[in-house]
Amino acid sequence: MAEKKGWKDIPIGGIIDKPPTSVNNKTGAWRAFRPVWDEEKCINCMMCVALCPDMAIPVKDGKRKETDFDYCKGCGICKAICPVKCIKMEEESKFRK
Amino acid sequence: MNKAKPLTGAGAVAQAMRQINPDVVAAYPITPQTPIVEGFAKFVADGIVKTEMIRVESEHSALSAVVGSAFAGARTMTATSSAGLALMYEILGVASGLRAPIVMPIANRALSSPLNIHCDHSDTMGCRDMGWLQIYAEDAQESYENTLLAMRLAEHPDILTPIMPCMDGFITSHGVENVIIHSDEAVRDFIGEYKFPYNLLDVEHPITVGAIELTDYLFETKRQQVESISKVPDVLPKIACELARITENEFDVVEEYHTDDADAIIVVMSSAAGTTKTVVDKMRKEGKKVGLLKLRMFRPFPYERIAKGLVGAKAVAVLDRAASYGADAPIFTDVKCSLYASSEKPKIQSYVFGIGGRELYDDHIEKVFDDLLAGKVTGKEEYINLRE
Repeated sequence: MAEKKGWKDIPIGGIIDKPPTSVNNKTGAWRAFRPVWDEEKCINCMMCVALCPDMAIPVKDGKRKETDFDYCKGCGICKAICPVKCIKMEEESKFRK
Repeated sequence: MNKAKPLTGAGAVAQAMRQINPDVVAAYPITPQTPIVEGFAKFVADGIVKTEMIRVESEHSALSAVVGSAFAGARTMTATSSAGLALMYEILGVASGLRAPIVMPIANRALSSPLNIHCDHSDTMGCRDMGWLQIYAEDAQESYENTLLAMRLAEHPDILTPIMPCMDGFITSHGVENVIIHSDEAVRDFIGEYKFPYNLLDVEHPITVGAIELTDYLFETKRQQVESISKVPDVLPKIACELARITENEFDVVEEYHTDDADAIIVVMSSAAGTTKTVVDKMRKEGKKVGLLKLRMFRPFPYERIAKGLVGAKAVAVLDRAASYGADAPIFTDVKCSLYASSEKPKIQSYVFGIGGRELYDDHIEKVFDDLLAGKVTGKEEYINLRE
């Protein structure tokens, strides 16, 4: 989380005047389930990329890359849409020991 | 100086709106506000103003549309009364919290229940902590001039806060008086061009309006509102002076009427101040040292000016046109607070009057003055013209 500012240093009325502030909020901390992606089975159809509500699935050179866990909230839409079932949701606690 | 014309208070405010020529007006009819917007709608229909008039299905929608238009960069207005204001309650906080400089003339009317269409101040007193500025007019002339002043004050970059210029429902809104409507050109120069610092339609500079703020930022945003409203006493005199060049009436937060050497002073707002002036004149002729401290701005509350205005008085009566159930009446509470730091505190008496349009006559005021001069202060809330 970005350092919090005092009342003299923020825009009036709670207006967000410089987008995108969403980058400052690492919402990955909210995640209860983590999508575990099997790169071998993935066919790069990009359905998960298009549907991810947090734009947390990066693409490079036409290939899907590992989920950005700074922003993935673990909603599981990627798992639900995957036509080859290469994503499974596992409890986040297993990864945070 | 233009010649005076017979106009109602509502008609005078509609004239102010014509001269302001706002970009957007969204409104819903409610007695006794209706003739303000009705009168203005005629100017729209006749092409006299360039305003986009939005007819909505409720006051909640009216104020919502006005807030939205403010963030499209529009100079924007609406008007309401009583139940309409109550229905706007949620959006009152949205408007002030987002810092939209909306001007919303109010014709004060009692809140239900029981249903009543006549004047008291329960509507605007009920939303006194919603972050809006509130100014009150004694008569139609003041209602007109206060509306002009309100626009400039709300839009000042240090303030950017919505404002309610209030007048007494029916008494002022429907009563016909001689009103001087100042020259269109002079008023338009005074009102000037307007540029809101934020514009949702400016795609080159995208912004987000109305985003969530939780434990981390809401306190800071509210602190900014406290700061801006506290700047009103610094900003107001210059705007009032500019307007006075046109009107020859300089707006001040209080009007002191024979208070200098007064033993007994009445503090009151709106049309009742006119009645009180008549009584002060009569009693002064009889050699009685009485005076009126007319409160013209209620939010922000002019604590220091009130304290200064009451120096030397032996007894003060505060007349509220609204009760505060389970607490002292609103103006009385604030006037009493104003006196806390004064070294010579006058005796102070609270009166509630005029609820639901109950008449306030000269002899009622005279009785209040006589009681004050006789040192009769009961220390509890008293009621004027109420049947026991």
